[in-house]
Amino acid sequence: MAKKKFVIGCFDDEAVLFPAVKKVRTAGYKIHDVYTPFAVHGLDHAMGLRETSLHTAGFIYGITGTTTALSCISWIFTKDWPLNIGGKPHFALPAWIPITFELTVLFAAVGMVLTFCYLCQLAPFVKKHHFHARSTDDLFVMVIECTDKTNTDDLQAFLTSGGAVETNVQVAEEGWWLGRYDQNEMPFETKEIVAA
Amino acid sequence: MASIRLQFEIPGKMKTWSLGLIGVGLFALIYGLVTKGFSSDEHEQVHFWGTLMYHTIFWTLICNASMFFICITTLAMGGWQQSFRRIPEAISTMVPIFGSITFAVLIYVVLSDKHHIYHWLDKEAVAKDVILTGKAGFLNAKFFIIWTTLAIGFWSFLGWRMRQLSNEADAAPMDHETGAKFILRNTVRAALFTVWFALTVGSTVPWLWMMSIDAHWYSTMYSWYTFASTFVSGMSLIALWLIYMKNKGYMELTSQEHLHDVGKFMFAFSIFWTYLWFSQYMLIWYANIPEETVYFKHRVQGAYKGIFFLNLIINFLCPLIILMKRSAKRNYTLVAFMAVLIIFGHWIDFYQMVMGSLVKEKVDLGWLDFGILSFFVGIMIFFVGRALASKPLIPKYHPFLKESIIHQV
Repeated sequence: MAKKKFVIGCFDDEAVLFPAVKKVRTAGYKIHDVYTPFAVHGLDHAMGLRETSLHTAGFIYGITGTTTALSCISWIFTKDWPLNIGGKPHFALPAWIPITFELTVLFAAVGMVLTFCYLCQLAPFVKKHHFHARSTDDLFVMVIECTDKTNTDDLQAFLTSGGAVETNVQVAEEGWWLGRYDQNEMPFETKEIVAA
Repeated sequence: MASIRLQFEIPGKMKTWSLGLIGVGLFALIYGLVTKGFSSDEHEQVHFWGTLMYHTIFWTLICNASMFFICITTLAMGGWQQSFRRIPEAISTMVPIFGSITFAVLIYVVLSDKHHIYHWLDKEAVAKDVILTGKAGFLNAKFFIIWTTLAIGFWSFLGWRMRQLSNEADAAPMDHETGAKFILRNTVRAALFTVWFALTVGSTVPWLWMMSIDAHWYSTMYSWYTFASTFVSGMSLIALWLIYMKNKGYMELTSQEHLHDVGKFMFAFSIFWTYLWFSQYMLIWYANIPEETVYFKHRVQGAYKGIFFLNLIINFLCPLIILMKRSAKRNYTLVAFMAVLIIFGHWIDFYQMVMGSLVKEKVDLGWLDFGILSFFVGIMIFFVGRALASKPLIPKYHPFLKESIIHQV
């Protein structure tokens, strides 16, 4: 929970954004994130993001669901409370497949949604800093993390030369914190600023 | 597009191999025809004609699935398939060829009154049988012949019309208006094919050709099951040809991105097939009514037990586990291996669907099956290769081609 200094460059065109991302990365700056009004195809590759592990998590949740369903039903119907249903054997695998399938899907779906929310730091009653309000409307907002050595003026000039229509410097909390969107202030104020 | 090779030259090896396979197959076919097909023993006859039937039906339907693939992607305004669409087009030229073989075999079976294959051909038995009398309006020789003719005829004709239209994309650059008109005409022709496909492969044709072997038994899942089986093998066949062409240095505009999507089709429709397999099996198992379980009795508990469950492992477990990962669907070697496995799996599936009803007591998967298989594979390689060589490999003025080039998954 520390505040950091960021330089923000806003672009109004995808075609300008992509070369700018490339330029910023080759210049050695660390891109914190790029906020876009819609999903931009190929931007993750351009930013050099690693592939998400959400699907691996989904697979594990799914397997958990399968195991839960099969072990529960088989224990209940063979050990705990065997019932004669239509003369079928107690271990009636075909009849359990639909439930197993459904629990697999349920576990995978719910688990992946929660994991996705966690990875994106989204939750009710939780607040995250908005770097630019128009990133939800029509601007592509590139956020660059500063170190102690970063010369913000140079970086802003560099972004403008790369086609940014607007640049500024913000000191902001990078993660999420408990709060409300309609209240601007943070509940706790850390005076410490990492990068000067 | 200077560096792109539009013209496919048939490699000598491919010709040798295909002719070799046809030779081996022809030998098996003729030997089988003499010893079994025209023998006086009814079991031998049933064995031969049944084997021939499931092969020709299988190959006709999986080649027809290629045209279905083109048509549904066209209807969905898909652009990604344009860079390699000449491959499914070439495969779909097999429909008239395999279709005529199927037609000849089926018409022969019906006209020569082979009631050991189609029990409903036996007029005396039908007259005494309440169930078969009830079905007689659908299961009779006249309807069978007319519907088979129409089905194969319209698949060939409507597919041919789609391919003719595709030629226009080679001729000249299109401006916006011509392009829009071209897409509209594509959509209309694709829709016509799809409707006919639904009326035939999606419902009546598998009932007539294969389900009616068990004349008393019926399953509403059967046609969809057959469709899923042939569609997933059809996609695998497209993938195989795609990988072959890539290996030979053609198809420069097609990349892993396209392979990934083809792989997704193979993965998804394997699961769709399993869904139908299970839906058909589970309902019949659960209700446990003798008139329905008769189909599964000897398959699950009799001689076909091994093949029946092998089928599920090859066609469900293997694709599920192996093709699940993104990197697997982008790996040429792995997709090629899976494509072969899936085609083999569904070939085995067709084997048990037809032969499981005709020769119930024993599984004699042997020289005849593999011989005739090599005949069909040989014909397929030979004619698809020729069809690929007869046209430019890329429809270079297709309005959606750019979308395909920049396709990214």
